[in-house]
Amino acid sequence: MKNYLKKNYFDFIIIALFIIFIGVSTIVKFKPGVAIFQINFVSFVKEMIAFLPLLFIIIGLFDEFVEKEKIMKHIGEYSGIKGSVIVILLATLQAGPLYGAFPVAYILWKKGCSIRNIFIYIGAFTTMKIPMLTFEITFLGVKFSLLRTLISLPVFIIIALLMEKILKPLNFEVNDGK
Amino acid sequence: MILLIVLTLTLLIIAYLKDKKRCFRGIVKGCKMFLNILPALLSILAIISILLYLVPQEKLLLLFGREAGLMGWILAALVGSITLMPGFISYPLAGILVKNGVSYPVVAVFITTLMMVGIVTLPVEKRFFGLKAALIRNGFSFLGALMVGSAIGIVWMVI
Repeated sequence: MKNYLKKNYFDFIIIALFIIFIGVSTIVKFKPGVAIFQINFVSFVKEMIAFLPLLFIIIGLFDEFVEKEKIMKHIGEYSGIKGSVIVILLATLQAGPLYGAFPVAYILWKKGCSIRNIFIYIGAFTTMKIPMLTFEITFLGVKFSLLRTLISLPVFIIIALLMEKILKPLNFEVNDGK
Repeated sequence: MILLIVLTLTLLIIAYLKDKKRCFRGIVKGCKMFLNILPALLSILAIISILLYLVPQEKLLLLFGREAGLMGWILAALVGSITLMPGFISYPLAGILVKNGVSYPVVAVFITTLMMVGIVTLPVEKRFFGLKAALIRNGFSFLGALMVGSAIGIVWMVI
């Protein structure tokens, strides 16, 4: 609990200030304050708080049941297109921010992944994570989510091919980040 | 909403039948993640509530709507590149933007740069890939995001 407060102290300060602002606005009947709360904030929260716990349960189950370690173990044995498909598969099964992908990229590099597949992994990680797709569909609709995902795929593959072309002559290496 | 409830319940039943222990662990994990993101989400919603009041819908449309043109795209791409926001927060936020009239292609640019381009995380990326590769990757990703946006804009008109 103490850790929780400590980690999120900045957010709690903002929330506290907001509550004070709304409270004072209500008491002195400051119209903008009341409108901000009733029209914007309440409707946003209502919409999200209903969906989010369900989405997080799905993500939690996903994380617990999908065995990413098994895929990782054999990743270096595949090359070419097969290797690309597998790194994409691996990336879509993960969750988390971009900087969480770099250590995994290092492990993939150690296991013998090509430059191209390293950056295909990064691209897939940033744009096609399945847990995030549940969020995207919920808030932006199926049509948009599928379109964006399908269009992103060739875009990050082209980026990865260009990266390989540029970096290969430069003796590129992925470091352990220390 | 009903679809989501049905999906969650189905997954829960399958997970429970497959492995009770892991099903329970998964639920706990999900709830923990939810609690971890909740303060950030509430504070962002508070800030967005105020901002959306201060910036009326017409202004927002002027900046990011259909009439904004290229400037709206560049602005969305820049904001997406600079800010650091987890997907748990950026998707609800994007949903609010769409409801307020921001076009889908601009939202696509915003989301894609948010995910692919990380100026704040550049120092971390540099340690793994080296400065040169990190800069090139972020540059390409920035352009790539604009391409994704344009493609969505074109396809959206066709379908």
